[in-house]
Amino acid sequence: MAIRSFFLFILFFSSSLSPVFSLYEDQVGLMDWHQQYIGKVKQAVFSSQRAGRKRVVVSTEENVIASLDLRHGEIFWRHLLGADDVIDGIDIGLGKYVITLSSGGSILRSWNLPDGQMVWESSLQGPKHSKSFLLVPTNLKFDKDNVLVVFSNGRLHAISCIDGEVLWKKDFEAESFEVQQVIQPPGSDLIYVVGFAASYQFEMYQINAKNGELLKHESASFSSGFSGEVSLVSTETVVALDSTGSILLTISFQDGKISSQQTPISNLVEDSLGPAVIIPSSVSGIFAIKTDAVTVFIRVIGEGKLEVVEKTTHEIAVSDALSISEDQQAFALIQHASSEIHLTVKLAHDWDGNLLKESVKMDWQRGLVHKVFINNYIRTDRSYGFRVLIVMEDHSLLLLQQGEIVWSREDGLASIIDVTTSELPVERNGVSVAKVEHNLFEWLKGHMLKLKGTLMLASPEDMAAIQSMRLKSSEKSKMTRDHNGFRKLLIVLTRAGKLFALHTGDGRIVWSHLLRSLHKSEACQSPIGLNLYQWQVPHHHAMDENPSVLVVSRCGPSSDTPGVLSFVDTYTGKELSSLSLDHAVVQVIPLPYTDSTEQRLHLLINADKHAHLYPKTSEALSIFKREFLNIYWYSVEDQNGIIKGHALKCKCTGEVADEFCFDTRDLWSVVFPSESEKIVATVTRKLNEVVHTQAKVVADQDVMYKYISRNLLFVATVAPKGSGEIGSVTPEESWLVAYLIDTVTGRILHRVTHHGSQGPVHAVFSENWVVYHYFNLRAHRYEMSVIEIYDQSRADNKDVWKLVLGKHNLTSPISLFSRPEVITKSQSYFFTHSLKAIAVTSTAKGITSKQLLLGTIGDQVLALDKRFLDPRRTVNPTQAEKEEGIIPLTDSLPIIPQSYVTHALRVEGLRGIITVPAKLESTTLVFAHGVDLFFTQLAPSRTYDSLTEDFSYALLLITIVALVAAIFVTWRLSERKELQEKWR
Amino acid sequence: MAPIARLLLLALLSTALTISSGSGDGYTINGRVKIPQGLGTKGFALPGKTSNVKVILNGGQIVTYLRPDGYFLFQNIPAGTHLIEVTAIGYFFSPVRVDVSARNPGKVQAALTENRRGLSELVLEPLRDEQYYEIREPFSIMSVVKSPMGLMVGFMLVVVFLMPKLVENMDPEEMRRAQEEMRNQGVPSLASLLPGGGRN
Repeated sequence: MAIRSFFLFILFFSSSLSPVFSLYEDQVGLMDWHQQYIGKVKQAVFSSQRAGRKRVVVSTEENVIASLDLRHGEIFWRHLLGADDVIDGIDIGLGKYVITLSSGGSILRSWNLPDGQMVWESSLQGPKHSKSFLLVPTNLKFDKDNVLVVFSNGRLHAISCIDGEVLWKKDFEAESFEVQQVIQPPGSDLIYVVGFAASYQFEMYQINAKNGELLKHESASFSSGFSGEVSLVSTETVVALDSTGSILLTISFQDGKISSQQTPISNLVEDSLGPAVIIPSSVSGIFAIKTDAVTVFIRVIGEGKLEVVEKTTHEIAVSDALSISEDQQAFALIQHASSEIHLTVKLAHDWDGNLLKESVKMDWQRGLVHKVFINNYIRTDRSYGFRVLIVMEDHSLLLLQQGEIVWSREDGLASIIDVTTSELPVERNGVSVAKVEHNLFEWLKGHMLKLKGTLMLASPEDMAAIQSMRLKSSEKSKMTRDHNGFRKLLIVLTRAGKLFALHTGDGRIVWSHLLRSLHKSEACQSPIGLNLYQWQVPHHHAMDENPSVLVVSRCGPSSDTPGVLSFVDTYTGKELSSLSLDHAVVQVIPLPYTDSTEQRLHLLINADKHAHLYPKTSEALSIFKREFLNIYWYSVEDQNGIIKGHALKCKCTGEVADEFCFDTRDLWSVVFPSESEKIVATVTRKLNEVVHTQAKVVADQDVMYKYISRNLLFVATVAPKGSGEIGSVTPEESWLVAYLIDTVTGRILHRVTHHGSQGPVHAVFSENWVVYHYFNLRAHRYEMSVIEIYDQSRADNKDVWKLVLGKHNLTSPISLFSRPEVITKSQSYFFTHSLKAIAVTSTAKGITSKQLLLGTIGDQVLALDKRFLDPRRTVNPTQAEKEEGIIPLTDSLPIIPQSYVTHALRVEGLRGIITVPAKLESTTLVFAHGVDLFFTQLAPSRTYDSLTEDFSYALLLITIVALVAAIFVTWRLSERKELQEKWR
Repeated sequence: MAPIARLLLLALLSTALTISSGSGDGYTINGRVKIPQGLGTKGFALPGKTSNVKVILNGGQIVTYLRPDGYFLFQNIPAGTHLIEVTAIGYFFSPVRVDVSARNPGKVQAALTENRRGLSELVLEPLRDEQYYEIREPFSIMSVVKSPMGLMVGFMLVVVFLMPKLVENMDPEEMRRAQEEMRNQGVPSLASLLPGGGRN
């Protein structure tokens, strides 16, 4: 499509004020794609409605509740709760309400199952923090009203299912009482609350479900204490482990009497296994304990007698019980074999009789099965069929039925940690040269249709044809590099430790890889993926190599656990190698040097402030030695309010000689007074940002020089009191200070205080400016400020004579050690919305004007021209300034609905916005991720260097043909006229 | 302590009571979002469908949804000045500043921050609806004429049909004189047309 030519002049036309990004409704999906996810499923409840479409309601670790179509896995409706509103339990009440308990058991909500409309909400308070339970008894009625039983915050509530009104409540205030189970035996009017007190006392409360009256309270003490969870094996028996994890306690509280039995695990299982844990399950009569190597299923027979029914060394997952008839319960069990999973459905009272036994081939890239949910249906021959919903290690959700995967959802993509991009392979000669349109007629027909569309003459059928033609254009989803650089791979790392490569054309998953290095192992207990870096980007010498990315992860939540590096080929998704480091990774610094195979040098800083160089090759070392004195970096300790600058000192002086390890030294430090300032945001320029020119021509032929340094750091601090929520502080005791710090010398270049303002601060740094967003308490509105920094030392170069006589200082070296003469300009504006993320567009050469991309609280992405945040804006710009494109000053920034890049879509749970330059200078690629993913192309100054998708070739052809025809006709006419003239 | 829900029900019945001193450790903010029928019928949000409208307190501290009647409620809010934002696809809502004062519980203090308009009761209405797409202009002759190709054709037509007319209307004598003058001068070279060219 790209007819790159002298269209550049159109750039000058684009300076009108109309929104630059705008889309017609029929262009949706042409350049953008949107994918909806829900996150790792925590709990699933199947709707038992007989009529209508089968649904399953799920709650996830991303705080989403969603209703999914059981047939295809599509989302019927979905709600994302607040970040602190973690879902504790969900259930379905009366067959038509979804009940959710969240925020540590303090908010109970009811949602309409068919459409997801919230019906009621009530807040539950209590005396102290505790575990929370949500029970929906089917037959417990109270004035014809179904009752929900909720235990939360040390208080038991009975709540009306219809309107959320609290019917009665009962406090459990005993200081040390820790609730373990809340049981409502079906068919009775009793509620049992069992728990531990003072870690060795077993407590049982029997409560009348009708009015909350305490009927009985029994307790028994166990000298050996308790550990971990309890498992309910019948409505009146629980199994617990003692504090050593080696003795099983079977505690029954039948008729309010506590009786117990102790069984050492070694009596049941011959070989001693070490401390065990109980796997919580709700299957009656059976429970499971797990030690390091084996999982043992134990049946409770009669009076607290225990019997081992199965012992397995495979990884297993057990579902909750599903009652299939009056007295029968079934449950699903999944065991892993090499490349398959075995699903068995068993009856609770009959271990050996399998209701169902199936094997399903499972891609090992999905990892282990983490959770199983079982549901039954009635087959045409009136027998029971079972389907199970499984949650895998990579957070994907699959429905298994009749030995097959019916559908799967890649919900790992809802929790992206980091994103980078990779080029696609170059198109090889002769492999797939772009097919020229099939024939001229087809091609013309297509363009005639488009012409009709643009002239608004098309009928609805034509419109549909145009739409499908546009979407079908296979160009955009090809697996090769394109001329314009629109086709790329987005490499994303998810919280589950899986890498995905998404095609920018249509968002499909090209490959996915569950990193082995992020697998739980002996050495690495809870690995966490941290960041992605571009390891090898071949373009000059190493064209035949595939590009690769570096995944940095570490073995635990604290920053001093050892790190793990893995290298992944971005074309194939293969893990090339992985390294378990013997040191921690606190900071990763990609250096601007590459070796002969285009591998980028990286410096890894560990907890003891030693720097380790990767790749560990002698070539890398020699390159590194050359630049040894030019490497500086900084670190931010936001807890202590210190920013430090570092440089390299010498080789490590340890006992082990390691030539790739270096000692570092501190160069400078900036200490913020802890009683008045707290660091809330630090931001630098993107490493790969390109700046076209340092000079900025302003009105009346004047020139200003941008102060462009890669080593500028923006730091925002707030008063410690004002670091909380809005409304928790008065304007007088809150302030926000913004700094610009040079990270090589530690010099503070600029400092500005905003009194009466507070965080959260979102900032973005590009070229010579920084834009930040914060809350102004005095006006009670959000504000955005811009700081632009200019180099004054070059200001006198404007004199032509100096240039002619060679007295300019343009060639003098720039050193950060000489005190820079800079001036800053800044301005502030009101902005309506809260922000979740902020980014700036980046283009290949940095010529195109910039737009800010603001991720608003409504999960939309708004494109705002940087010209609105120009500190030279005045109320009445002069004629010259107007010509330059300066917009008259207004107190607030405009929100133009057409410039929402997400148009009518929401990127639910927005967390980050990434921009990547395309090869075409006018265009930038934008990827926004949260629970949803959204991708689009943006042209901040319109596509001045290529024809748009909409360009009507037919109109061009018709015009040319008409012109040629006109030439011939007029030629003929003139000839005839001449002849007549001559005859006269 | 009377059941909170009952208290809320009371608050619902008398909408004027917006902030009620709740039980325990905070106050309750109770309000209503009203989306007028007829606004924004472009299909983003069906009028009256409120299931996707979120009400957000203090930039994400608490997120809540609307009940079918449009009411929402925040509980256990400490005294202070708070900010409520409403997000609904297709509508532009102004954030609302709400003062919860410990001294006079039950007193309403709410104002739209966009236009500083005070609210006597916490009923939030969109300031305007948002149109996310450009509207295709219907076909008109002028748009074709104004397009670059239209201008090209227009110019050609002018040259073809009007220029001969101009030449015809000229006085034949004047024409001859002009032609002669041209012959005397010779063909004007491009160099002489350029401003600096003459000097070289």
